[in-house]
Amino acid sequence: MAYMHIGKDFTPPDVPGKVTGRIKYAEDYTREGMVYARLLTSPIPHARVIDIDASEALAMDGVIGILTADDVYPDGEPQSTSLKILTNEPTLVGEPILALAAVDEKTAETAIAAISVTFERLPFVLDPLDSLQPDGADAYNGGNTFVFRQGFAGEKWTADQVASFRAGNEPTAEPQQTVAYGDLEASFGESSYVYEGTFTNAGYPHHSMEPRSALAYWEDGKLFLHGGSQSLTAFADGLAGIIGVPKEDFVFVNAATGGGFGQRARAGSVPVYGVPAKLSQKINRPVMMRVTREEEFTIGGARQGLTGWIKVGFKPDGVMAACDLWIVSDNGGKGGGADAYSAADCISVLYQADAVRFRGTAIGTNTAHRGAQRGPGQNQIAPIISPILDVAADELGVSRLEIRKINSAMTGDVGGPQRTPFTSAYMPEALEQAAAAFDWEGRQSRRRQTNGSKVVGLGIGQGYHNAGRSGMDGIVMMGADGRLKIHNGVGNLGTYSYASTSRAAAEVLQMPWESCDIITGRTDLHLPITSPQDGSNSIFTNTRTCYGAAQDMLTKMKEIAATDLGGDPADYDISNERVHQIADESVGYSYAEVAQRAMDLGGKFTGSAELPEELAEWTQIAVSRLAGTGFMGIFHDPRHEGNPPGFTVTACEIELDKETGKIDILEMVSIGEAGTIMHPKGMDNQLVGGAVWGIGLSAYERHLYDPQNGLPASTGYWQSKVPTYLDTPLKIETGWVDLPDPENPVGARGIGEPSMGSVSAALTAAITDALDGHIFGASPITADMIINHVAGTTEEAVPLAQNNFRG
Amino acid sequence: MNPKLTRRRFIKGVIASGAAATSTAAWYSATGQERPSGFVERLVRINVNGQVRNVDVEPQETLASTLRYKLGLTGTKLGCNRGECGACTVLVNDTPTYTCSVLTHSFKNDRIETVEGLESANGDLHPVQQAFVEELAPQYGYCTPGQVMSAVGLLRENPSPTRDEARHALAGNICRCGSYDSYLDGVMRAVELTG
Ligand code: FES
Repeated sequence: MAYMHIGKDFTPPDVPGKVTGRIKYAEDYTREGMVYARLLTSPIPHARVIDIDASEALAMDGVIGILTADDVYPDGEPQSTSLKILTNEPTLVGEPILALAAVDEKTAETAIAAISVTFERLPFVLDPLDSLQPDGADAYNGGNTFVFRQGFAGEKWTADQVASFRAGNEPTAEPQQTVAYGDLEASFGESSYVYEGTFTNAGYPHHSMEPRSALAYWEDGKLFLHGGSQSLTAFADGLAGIIGVPKEDFVFVNAATGGGFGQRARAGSVPVYGVPAKLSQKINRPVMMRVTREEEFTIGGARQGLTGWIKVGFKPDGVMAACDLWIVSDNGGKGGGADAYSAADCISVLYQADAVRFRGTAIGTNTAHRGAQRGPGQNQIAPIISPILDVAADELGVSRLEIRKINSAMTGDVGGPQRTPFTSAYMPEALEQAAAAFDWEGRQSRRRQTNGSKVVGLGIGQGYHNAGRSGMDGIVMMGADGRLKIHNGVGNLGTYSYASTSRAAAEVLQMPWESCDIITGRTDLHLPITSPQDGSNSIFTNTRTCYGAAQDMLTKMKEIAATDLGGDPADYDISNERVHQIADESVGYSYAEVAQRAMDLGGKFTGSAELPEELAEWTQIAVSRLAGTGFMGIFHDPRHEGNPPGFTVTACEIELDKETGKIDILEMVSIGEAGTIMHPKGMDNQLVGGAVWGIGLSAYERHLYDPQNGLPASTGYWQSKVPTYLDTPLKIETGWVDLPDPENPVGARGIGEPSMGSVSAALTAAITDALDGHIFGASPITADMIINHVAGTTEEAVPLAQNNFRG
Repeated sequence: MNPKLTRRRFIKGVIASGAAATSTAAWYSATGQERPSGFVERLVRINVNGQVRNVDVEPQETLASTLRYKLGLTGTKLGCNRGECGACTVLVNDTPTYTCSVLTHSFKNDRIETVEGLESANGDLHPVQQAFVEELAPQYGYCTPGQVMSAVGLLRENPSPTRDEARHALAGNICRCGSYDSYLDGVMRAVELTG
């Protein structure tokens, strides 16, 4: 289909501000009379605050006020594993206990140092399997796990059960959750190759480069908060509840965000924004809270660590017959997630196994706050399952590409334990395209070639994430100048989806991009509710809302023209920013004229009447403030049917040095399968960015804790390594399938998360390939693990350890 | 590869000058507000973006603090404040420098350039900025000013680097979005624009 905007490159309006430094992140703002808050955080991993003596600090010159958990929660802290604004019951090092405001940062720092906090030390635990021991410590006050609607509980295994799992066997304890489909026993019975083994995925920080600093002030009874988030209206909607301010009295200012990766999608991950909000209210001054890299490390979130056992069976022709998965998840000191379940879901979707069983148990440890991180679960399992497929392929005499094609998801298939049909799925096409672009067949002769201590490995891998939601709202406006104003609440995360989804509205009205304005960046510009911008959903979700709102405006344009100029609305069409009769293009209105007529008519044309039912409360507030100010197109999106998947395929060639354990990625090709491509350069960015994340997952990223004192041994980039320019390929080739999805008006789906999984799958497969099929069952596979394996050194670390060295 | 711009050279330079700040406390020397008693301060003249600026600087104040909180040049970002990420990179006498890790009073006789100083008088973007826009190099953009400054430093030293030389020159700038490929496309595009 020939589109005016869809599939074309453009410059999102915030890009010049990013290269000039002019765009403002939260900490770049100042406010007249602003004072500075510093946090006092827990120095120990599990404790109870007995007493706070701040008398000396409060007597210091320049100190203005203090905020404690007792101020924030006068009726007691909520009993949950969620992060709180402040707490008297820290369960991880670095959890905020109190905040102090002073005229400058140095005074605040000096005063914080003069505060005496008496802690009661409580037992701590760093590894979920240690906590499951009969005498293991519990991470929380009241147990080591949290049962929805029931509260804290203690979960214990026998010592033999823990030892048996650590020794590599299937766990025999009762899981908290079991989900299954198909006949597992019969399917394993049909298998001629069965792999069984344990694995670990290390937890590691999100490491967003902008620490979660925030500025808050109250004016005319309204709270203004400058912060960073992935989502704008969805985040603000949640944050209003956490702070306890009515939605209509809350303005969230967020023009740019220095990283989220899952951690700033929802307000529950960033309750610390409540600190400047509450402190500002208490002392009646604007409060800037600056957060350090070390603080960002401790409360900035981390991926869940997974400790698992997997059994996979393949039929003689390579078809995956069955997969049995048992995972103990590390929920950390706060937070948690459904990564383990998503891992099982991902295997079911990507490999279409006849039978799948998932069993899982989630246990707290006194380590970093856990929450969704780019492809939570799907991406941890990608580097675990991919080498297993390769070893099975070699055993069965099927090619490594072929085993993936045989098991591919296609349109008409279903996936996941819920057996949900795909809206469309073109994985075979993605595999073909990647294989062709990489010359997969032609390169096979290089497989395992050696050059001194170096050996070549080839890998191919797949990634998946559910990539679309629905049920949100859209608003477009037009004034007498005829410009289209697209109100978009998606949030500016750097994917530019706030801009590319807006182009769906421009497309509907055939509007030149120069005649469009995206209204975004602060909630007092009256923005509709959106889904949180996580889970690769924005492109699918918000093209639907922007498209729908513009369609509503188009319908209204035709109605006004037909009423005024004669004929039926069906007799009218649009072109060149005019609505006109099809038979006689000279009869019609310019967009500026029709917008003026809409404002003259009022009522439904200006959002004052006949609004869609089911608009979210947030949208209703926005609409009530916009009503009567211009020509309005408004839309509430009904739900879609099925699972819109985002798929990627990556192929890579590496050179692995057996002497140093170093991996050089010589070539890499990544292909996306995400329906119609909205914005090619944006798509390319998601593929190359996801690739760097996949390389980190497979080869570098993990956090470590000191087992004696429970202190984080990594608090910055250097100790928990983020890949750099020199750890990544000199050039990553990208491409896309570009076939439309029927459940989206422009055919588009999302891609942000799977782009990481396929790279991790391919890179781990290439490492396994270079090492003659050795499966580590781990992410990351670090240089020391490779050296130990090559040297035949026995693993000295605790088997299946979390938050500590492995291998 | 251009040795002048490598991370190692930068680190050596910092050690030699003895100018590295040792703790995150320096981050919080944001003043311009009331100050507690007992601080020794002095007026320092520094040359920033071609203008001589008089600034009240504390002895332990980092250049990043001065630029951001005294001079309002917030384009220079603080990602780690510990010499690990490169978000705070500016040019000092054309050499990329981590401003979180050097003290302002060490730069009285030097030429400091920040991202705000790159545009021409008529508002045209610097070729590196223009190329980064054309290639959609930034994602969330917090590291972008640092990437821009490292790239400008590279092109002054070596106007036609290879892609591999560019990646070594920018290796001290972390991008958590992983936009390295797009930044390198941007540097190579800038070479074309200036060629
Ligand atoms: S802020 Fe200076 S290197 Fe990170």
